[in-house]
Amino acid sequence: MSYRITGSTGEWEIVVGLEVHAQVVSEAKLFSGASAEYGGEPNTHVSLVDAGFPGMLPVLNRECVAQAVRTGLGLEAEINLFSRFDRKNYFYADLPTGYQISQFAHPIIGKGKVLVDLADGSTREIGVTRLHLEQDAGKSIHDQDPTRSFIDLNRAGVALMEIVSEPDIRSPEEAGAYLRKLRQILRYIGTCDGNMEEGSMRADVNVSVRKPGETEYRTRCEIKNVNSIRFVMMAIEVEAQRQIEVWEAGGTVDQETRLFDHVRGETRSLRSKEDAHDYRYFPDPDLLPLVIEQAWVDELKAALPELPEAKRARLEQEYGVSRYESSVLCVEQAIADFYETVARGADARLAANWMLGDFFAALNRTGRSIENSPVSAEGLRELLGLISNSTINGKIAKEVLEDMVETGDSASAIVERKGLRQVTDTGAIESAIREILAANSDKVEEYKGGKDKLFGFFVGQTMKAMKGKGNPALVNETLKKLLSE
Amino acid sequence: MSLDAKTVTRIARLARIGLQPGEVETLGKDMGSIIDWVEQLKEVDVTGVDPMIGTGLAKPRLREDRVTDGNCRDKVLSNAPEREGPFYTVPKVVE
Repeated sequence: MSYRITGSTGEWEIVVGLEVHAQVVSEAKLFSGASAEYGGEPNTHVSLVDAGFPGMLPVLNRECVAQAVRTGLGLEAEINLFSRFDRKNYFYADLPTGYQISQFAHPIIGKGKVLVDLADGSTREIGVTRLHLEQDAGKSIHDQDPTRSFIDLNRAGVALMEIVSEPDIRSPEEAGAYLRKLRQILRYIGTCDGNMEEGSMRADVNVSVRKPGETEYRTRCEIKNVNSIRFVMMAIEVEAQRQIEVWEAGGTVDQETRLFDHVRGETRSLRSKEDAHDYRYFPDPDLLPLVIEQAWVDELKAALPELPEAKRARLEQEYGVSRYESSVLCVEQAIADFYETVARGADARLAANWMLGDFFAALNRTGRSIENSPVSAEGLRELLGLISNSTINGKIAKEVLEDMVETGDSASAIVERKGLRQVTDTGAIESAIREILAANSDKVEEYKGGKDKLFGFFVGQTMKAMKGKGNPALVNETLKKLLSE
Repeated sequence: MSLDAKTVTRIARLARIGLQPGEVETLGKDMGSIIDWVEQLKEVDVTGVDPMIGTGLAKPRLREDRVTDGNCRDKVLSNAPEREGPFYTVPKVVE
């Protein structure tokens, strides 16, 4: 189903493209030897290059280039062996040089793609136009003084990857799915930590609307610096609504930069048109063009980890998990690794079931992540082994898992301590059932009179009498036998 | 040729240079003659030639990804017209 907004003149389609700024994982900055680490005392992660002192020259960080290439490979994109750095000129207090070093005409990465999964189970391909390397700016702090802004340059010069999508996105949901998938790929490859709260990933959102069937794009607006996936989705909705109202009132949408205010749930114009930026890009004379070797690209490619799509396909094939299960298990590498440790040497389908169910529930309840899970992969595997070899039944296993989370004891130790071993002795089961039937002779009559639903009642009563330890298959079988006597 | 007043004002604005009314005309003439001089280059036919951005294009030297600099706040702030503790300060910027 296509996403449509209904206005007073009928239905509208939205057209969205995203520019994602992803902070590169590196030790040092893009062009200086100052630390790229988040935080730090104000103005300590700053070299004289970053502070724009006269005569200081930028020297490109090789690892940042490698990170961009790795990301490009992860997006199945063209890797440009020749690229170049340009100056993007503008004045702002947290940009000491008066220009940002970026890549304009010749980005390091060209066309690529991202496959996104939608809630209805379908998959869509969103095109990536380009990825280029550029510097981050510093931070202005406006709330410390009534008349002055304070400047911290710790971020200035940190490497960013700007990843630009094609205007292929047609709904807020697709925008969210694209961002999640992009973040997943970046995190798998280790080129960006994807932490939107710390600002290491943020998005500029280009939105326009048109009538279904129109082939041309109408004027778009750019919503700057949206810092969560939820806000991106909200911003698209309210901005599309605003533009529809403008068109339907007989007006025209002006191309402009806007700001999303999530408190008021609206977008506002950020700059007046006479102030429209003219960046006057030109090649940075301090930097030679960047020329990289195909052999190096091949080397980086060979060292890439297994990427999300490949991992999902392998898990489905190797362990027989469903498409949905693979999507959840592959959200993070650590979860997939955990799963594989459990699944090797256990019933793999049962393992997927337990991870997605009780295990994740336990993580949520304890507020733990997979990295510091209260139950180890080996521990969970042992528990599942006890189910598979009929030592305990599934219901008891849930109780054992709770105990494992709480005490840290092993599954078998808990089963012994609490005497939870499943009763498979048919004699014991039969005598428990006989007692139940004798105590409920009226219900037995009703059952025999055709009230089949009472079978569940007898199972429940028997299990209760056996403290949940009866083997469910044997209980069922024996009950059927005795009830038909 | 002389650059018109609107263009001169716009360039001055982009460069954050404040002009006195009388300067606009003078600057327009000066900049116009600079452009005329550079425009002579257009007489050369460069069809199919990529723009040259430098000479002796060796491969750039790249740095290793190691922290070798920073932690020099006093130097960083030494040129600041105004500072407050660990920050340098500017007239309030509000968008």
